[in-house]
Amino acid sequence: MANPTYTLIQSVTLTTSTATVTLGSGGTIPQNYTDLQILFSARTDRASQPADDLQISFNGSTSSFSQIRIYGTGSGAGSDSNYASGRQIGITDGAGATSNTFGSFSLYIPNYAGSTYKSFSTDSVSENNATGAFQELSASLWSSISAITSISFTSTSATNFVAYSNFYLYGIKNS
Amino acid sequence: MTTDTPIAVEANCETGEITSRPLTAEEIAAAKAAAAQYEADAKAKADADAAIAKAKASAAAKLAALGLTADEVAALVG
Repeated sequence: MANPTYTLIQSVTLTTSTATVTLGSGGTIPQNYTDLQILFSARTDRASQPADDLQISFNGSTSSFSQIRIYGTGSGAGSDSNYASGRQIGITDGAGATSNTFGSFSLYIPNYAGSTYKSFSTDSVSENNATGAFQELSASLWSSISAITSISFTSTSATNFVAYSNFYLYGIKNS
Repeated sequence: MTTDTPIAVEANCETGEITSRPLTAEEIAAAKAAAAQYEADAKAKADADAAIAKAKASAAAKLAALGLTADEVAALVG
């Protein structure tokens, strides 16, 4: 029987408004995979806005992040770098989006357990039955040689993820 | 306005246990500081984008005054 190459490590479904979600608390992300992928569906309570920016930290660290991105707003497009101190990783729905809709997010981290700097990429979309629906692709770097043992998500505007937002952490092996 | 303390949800990948706890005062302060920085970054970006748009409009008007067609102006500063 072939070894499993794509394994669900952890899933979290929120039951109440939550400011921070951490996968691998206490440094418990297994180190025996090649890559990690995180998929999530989320919405925040950011008032009157159809979207909200999200940011990441690894191992509790909020420093040494850099990022470049391209994005669409529904009415235009743009690109920039190191937005929100380089920790911005994408967008999701805010409270101004169509009721009961959630943004979709994918984050890929190759060689997360290695001893070189950690590059990672994201793609994300917000869901909104109006012009202001956003899409983003980003490429980021965490300039640390530490293995990634925990990953935390927050919004850049200090809002809360709403109930029923869910997060899935997968481990990927190359054999 | 809510006075509820923000919470953190934490998943232990070894045990699968999911716990929640109130954010500490230090964590709340750090989140507020980061949000303030984010707002400042967003405003700076919006101001820069507006300045570029204004400069492009001014350039287009000056080029049109020199006799360039609309297509020629769009080719230069569209």
